[in-house]
Formats: sequence, structure tokens, C-alpha cells
Amino acid sequence: MEFDVPKAKHWMMILNSKIQDHKHDLTDLDLAIGDGDHGLNMARGFQEVMNKIENKEYPDLSTLFKEIGMTIISKVGGASGPLYGTAFIKASPIFQDKESITISELAQAFNASLEGLKLRGNAQIGDKTMIDVWEPVVTFMMEQGDSLHPNDLAQLAEKTKEATKNLEAKKGRAAYLGKRSIGHIDPGAASSCYLFEALANVLEGEDFDE
Amino acid sequence: MKKLINDANTVVQEMLEGMVAAHPNKLKLLPDTTVLVRADAPVKGKVGLVSGGGSGHEPSHAGYVGVGMLDGAVSGEVFTSPTPDQVFEAIKAVDSGSGVLLIIKNYTGDVMNFEMAAELAEAEGINVAKVVVNDDVAVENSTYTTGRRGIAGTVLVHKIAGAAAERGATLEEVEAIANKVIDNVRSMGMALTPCTIPAVGKPGFSLGENEIEIGMGIHGEPGIEKTSIQTANTIAETLLTKVLDDLNIKQNDKVAVLINGLGATPLMELYILNKKVASILDEQHVEIYDTFVGEFMTALEMAGCSISVLKLDQELMELLDSHANTLAFKR
Repeated sequence: MEFDVPKAKHWMMILNSKIQDHKHDLTDLDLAIGDGDHGLNMARGFQEVMNKIENKEYPDLSTLFKEIGMTIISKVGGASGPLYGTAFIKASPIFQDKESITISELAQAFNASLEGLKLRGNAQIGDKTMIDVWEPVVTFMMEQGDSLHPNDLAQLAEKTKEATKNLEAKKGRAAYLGKRSIGHIDPGAASSCYLFEALANVLEGEDFDE
Repeated sequence: MKKLINDANTVVQEMLEGMVAAHPNKLKLLPDTTVLVRADAPVKGKVGLVSGGGSGHEPSHAGYVGVGMLDGAVSGEVFTSPTPDQVFEAIKAVDSGSGVLLIIKNYTGDVMNFEMAAELAEAEGINVAKVVVNDDVAVENSTYTTGRRGIAGTVLVHKIAGAAAERGATLEEVEAIANKVIDNVRSMGMALTPCTIPAVGKPGFSLGENEIEIGMGIHGEPGIEKTSIQTANTIAETLLTKVLDDLNIKQNDKVAVLINGLGATPLMELYILNKKVASILDEQHVEIYDTFVGEFMTALEMAGCSISVLKLDQELMELLDSHANTLAFKR
């Protein structure tokens, strides 16, 4: 199973349509424990990503990921902009001069993203943030490597997203609520779940050789 | 939702163009950005001051761009911090070679975006310092959480750091003064009604007919408790007590008081509030050096207020008194 430039573009297309479809759901999650702009910001940012990359040729995955990251940083704002932007930019060096990579390499790139996210947001697992989806999902991808089943990936993303409901927020605006944040899914975990679900959808398009 | 707008997606741009149209001699809008800077920026030999944040807090922050306060203000989308490239444009436009101070309110997004902008500027050889305002005593400060929010006390940081910069202080000196204000200013707010982000179209939270929220944030984020409606005197006492306790105010201390409306509260009510604030301070033998009543840091059309107290020393008093000429603050 390989991951290449057309697949990465397809991934962004599916992710963007998920975000546009669920823009109001993300905003409602954010209204509950934040300030209610997550859906709008993500929708604006990923629509711009699509506008940028849709009809453009990229020599390798690195160039594409950098463009995606920079577009997000300059269009999203809020906390999500620097975080999602950092995730794509930190992944890009692993793809240097590569049009196509293995799933193991993709997992390594996401691991670099995860480290970048933790540094940028100064967050750890259990803080009720996107890290609570990213860390278990990336760990799973690293373990599974090239024998990854996309469906398992999607299910894990969903499960870890749901699990943020029971956590007390330690970072971001939700942290001001303290215990009152319990009972709500973290909006960043929810958008991260869409990101990995969209990836699983793209990878599912493949035949499995096991 | 009823709002006087044309298109929910263009409110920020249209607002900025409207501000420049009203004050072409004082402000200029950097092309293709949401950055307003002093018409005479960059001012030679002077440290540049840049602040900003989400829109919807008008007159913050663009209202404080001008002589004696900010050199540039960056507006994000409504209640959304501006992006690093926009902040970077502001830094470049106000740097005269003496360096730039970023005045950031303590929100995760603001801190991250301004930090990234500072990294971009430093990579281009611009000297940048950052201060983070965290005056809101409504939220607990803990090493395990995000820390206190920055609210209306930020305006006093703009005023005093701006005065120091205007006098020719170095970047390190302006940064130190800004931190001195931050260490000595505390605020707390409350809301009577919620606010509506234009692009969301519905209120950010709900309050019953007879309910109020104590400790409300300036983005419609929830406060620390909902209670039933109380008199202005009781509310003034609740907010001021928390502010004074945290500030460790003693008899004969001198303070500046800032009574801030959140967007939909009439001046009448703010002055009623101030009457009680003044009498409490008087009872405690705290000297009110100066009082500011009005809208300084709003939350769209939220009804409610915040009370800020700044403990003063001789240096802060002089800087507070020095000349400032901006749209929303004049001395």
C-alpha cells in the first residue's frame, strides 16, 4: 500500500467535504466549551487548501504538505491554525523528494507532526485536546506499519474522539471551565477524527496484499 | 439574529475600511491585510508596539493605534486570533530598527499565532519582544492550565507601554514597563446577555431572563457561575472584592479604575457601577488617581461589564498621564 501525491490530494478533498458538511457540528461542540469558531475556521481554511492545491502539480509530497500547512496557518487563525499548520509542515521533511511513500513512512511523518503539535500547543495526552486522538492513532499506525487496516484506523479515531468527552480540559479555552468541560467532546479531537477518517477512506481505495 | 451588516463573511474587512475612511489622517490599512497602522508608521527611533486579537472587541484594538499607544493592530476574524502572516506584516510595517513589542492577550490561539509571527520576524533580523496580558481574576491561574485570560486591563498596558515607547525608551525598557503594568492590573467581568458572532448567527450561550453570569469572558466563553440577577451595587462589590483581594491592595495605595462596558450596556449603568466602586475604594482608604468609564474592550453586543484596577507608582502615574491621541483613548 502506497501513499502518493494524488492520494494526498484526494485525502484533502474528502477531509474538506467532511469539514464543510460538519461545520455546524464542530461549531456546536466549540460553543459548548470554547468560543464557537472552530467549525467556521476549519471550513474557511480547508476550502482555501482545496482552492490552492486542486489544479496544481506537485513534484513531491513534501512540497504539497508544506503548501497545505502554510495555507492553513495563514487562513485558519485561532489555535487550530498554528496547530494543524504545524502538523503538515513538520511532516513534510520526511517526504523530501518523494512522490510516493509506504504507510510506515507516513506513520513516521505523522509522528513528527505529533511531536510538533505537542511542542506548539504545550499539551500532553489527557489534556482534552487533539493530542488525545493524534497520539493513540499515530502510535497505532507506527505499530501496524504497512499491514494497517484503514477501517481499524477510522474506528480508533472515532473511539478516541468519543473518549475526550470524559476528560477535564487542561488546555485551550475549555480549560477555563475546569470540571464543567466534562461531558463534551473536544472540538479539536473531533476535527482530528475527520482527518484520520478521511485518510482511512483514501487508503481503503487500495487492494490489500497481506 | 438582527445585525447591521452586508455579508457575515466580510464584516472584518468592511469594518477596517470604514475605520480608515473615518480617520484617514491617523490610520492606514496595509494592502491585502487586516492590519491597521499609524499613518506615520514606522516612527523613526521609536520602539513599535503591536497588539491585536479577534475582532468583535471594538474599539480594541485598532482604536488604540496612534500617538502614545499602539503603532499597529492586527484584527483576526470575529473572536478568532489573527494569523501569523498578518501579525508579521504588522511587525514589518512598524519596525523602524528599534524593535517591536507584541502585546498579547493570554489565549491559546493568540499566544501561538503571535509567537509564530515573532519567529518569522526574528528570522528576518527584527528584534521582537513579547508580553502576555493575563488580568482576568475570574479564572484560576495554575501551572496545569492555560492561565488567566487577558481582558480590558490590556488597554492600560497599551497606554503605559505606548507612553514609554513614545518617550524613546528601548525595547527592553518598554517590555519591562509593560510587564510592570501586567503585574499590577487585575480585572473581572460579568454578563447580563450573550452575544452573537455574525457568521454563527446564534448566541454563544444562553442566559435565562433573570440570570447573569459572573466571570464571563470577552468571547462569550462561559464564566465561573450563573446566578440570579442582582443589583448594580452587589455586582460591583462581587467583582471589585475579587479584583482587590488578588491585587493585594493596602490602605493609601493609589489606583486607576477602568469600568468597561461589553457592548450593550448603557453608560448610565456603568456610572451607577462606578459610584459603588468609588465608595468601596473610599471606605478602604484606597486613593483613586484616575477613572475611565466607557467601552474599551467589548464582546459584540453583550450586555455586562468588567472592572479593572491598576495599582500605581510614580512611574506608572506619569506614563498614564502622558499624551495619547488615538480614536478611542485620548489624554
